[in-house]
Amino acid sequence: MAQGVKTDDLFETGLHSSLSRESMVLNLGPQHPATHGVLRVRLTLDGETVLHAEPVIGYLHTGFEKTAETHTYQQANTLTDRMDYLSPLTNNLAYVLAVEKLMGIEVPKRAQYIRVLFSELSRLGSHLVWLGTHVMDLGAMSVLFYCLRERELILDLIEQTAGVRMNPSYFRVGGLAYDLPEGFHENCQRFLDGFPKWMQSYKNLVQGNPLIEDRLKGVGRLSKEDALALSATGPILRASGVPMDLRKSDPYCFYDEFEFDVPVRTGGDSFDRFWVRMEEMEQSVRIMNQALAKIDPVGAYTTTDRKVSLPPREEIYGNMEALIHQFKLVSGGFNVPKGEVYQGVEGPKGEMGFYIVSDGGARPYRWRARTPSFYNLQTMPTMTRGGLVADVIVAIGTIDIVLGDVDK
Amino acid sequence: MTLITQAPVLDALEARFPGSLEVVPAVDQPTVKAPKEMLLALMDFAKQSLGMSLLVDVTAVDWFPARPRFELVYHLLNPDTMERVRVKSWCHLNEEMPSVMGIWPGADWPERETYDLFGVVFSGRGEVHRIYMPEDWEGHPLRKDYPVAGPRVD
Repeated sequence: MAQGVKTDDLFETGLHSSLSRESMVLNLGPQHPATHGVLRVRLTLDGETVLHAEPVIGYLHTGFEKTAETHTYQQANTLTDRMDYLSPLTNNLAYVLAVEKLMGIEVPKRAQYIRVLFSELSRLGSHLVWLGTHVMDLGAMSVLFYCLRERELILDLIEQTAGVRMNPSYFRVGGLAYDLPEGFHENCQRFLDGFPKWMQSYKNLVQGNPLIEDRLKGVGRLSKEDALALSATGPILRASGVPMDLRKSDPYCFYDEFEFDVPVRTGGDSFDRFWVRMEEMEQSVRIMNQALAKIDPVGAYTTTDRKVSLPPREEIYGNMEALIHQFKLVSGGFNVPKGEVYQGVEGPKGEMGFYIVSDGGARPYRWRARTPSFYNLQTMPTMTRGGLVADVIVAIGTIDIVLGDVDK
Repeated sequence: MTLITQAPVLDALEARFPGSLEVVPAVDQPTVKAPKEMLLALMDFAKQSLGMSLLVDVTAVDWFPARPRFELVYHLLNPDTMERVRVKSWCHLNEEMPSVMGIWPGADWPERETYDLFGVVFSGRGEVHRIYMPEDWEGHPLRKDYPVAGPRVD
């Protein structure tokens, strides 16, 4: 800077005269590693201060709702996996519970316990990815390695059971796709026994770490009123002081038989959201330990209602009617009585709900997914207003979005 | 299967708006149908007096070729008592729906989504922009007369 020139003068004359003091619009994303996918944020900035951050979405819009209208009810299940692909099984659960409610199907208790176990495994896997990537955004690289290492073990358990690591579609209308494999109890127990030790190692890395605490405390504050008004659910709502967890307050799948706590904090900032999720992971392990003890090694894994469940293999090989029935169920699907239903479950990111309208046919007339990330992302402008650009990155991490879930 | 036709929420709504609501039996939660002229009054009452402070979802159903064509569906929740209610309303093609954004700001995105995918325009809020599809997109994909497969490219 030239000697004797005041900064203010620079705008009037000389070097910076072409600069205006109007706000600047900056695009963050859609190809930016910190946006966790293809999120674009249109930032209106005054220097380093964020005046408005507007998420621009739709880059991953897949039209699942339209596609589902051309699928049978059982086929449409596979679309749910692909929305929140980090936690496919809670999506499955919301969908199959909705259809089962509409049809009035009773699912064996053992199958419901297995659903609880796998939902919590999914939640844990989703939170591990959140923890790793969120902390990496803040500048701590190594946590991600440990988180992904443990998530791999979860994916192994899912692979053993459902045959694939991602998008398993393990829950089906009426029960489960397959029974648990041999040795599942031992493998799962080994994972659950090991987890507290791993959890402690993540805590050692983040607890009291100035890199984490200074970047999160007081950043992205969201009041209880704002959180409710903007339809936020899940950890975001609970960190703002609303103790709403559908597993506790509106139980499904016999969640009321399990002992667990719902972590709630009242500050509503990124730091509180961080610890709500951390504590949730420990509660998930608690639930899984109880669920595993409740699951008998052998027993029914799907309903005996032949209207929706396939005949057993041995019957298909020896009985013509069973073969025809299997063929009809697979190719044509089953009819669902006329009506409408909404079912929400507590996904790792918030209330995952399905609203299904049936016209009495074998394909849904309307198939609506109420995805948590879509609604939660709406809180971003409120969270980031008046903050710094770097806080926007924190907000994206703390909302915990999956773009497949936002754009569906 | 039992259908829900009675609930404290429904009684309160019936008492406040006598004779103008239709209770729709449903398997999962209390459901009412109200004409769009009284939608805002009903929603405001639900939030202020019934504690329905969380707007869970806004969406639409296209009943083409029936008339009125669009059915708007709102899911409300009271986070303290966990009572739920589904409010339905309807509008014809090219008719506007009143926006509930003034009651729940969170209705912003789902209303934009409903406009984008169904072409239902909401009044009483700023201009409604598309949210998923590009701004210059023609048509509204979730309408029943919108093809599932794309146009032929020869």
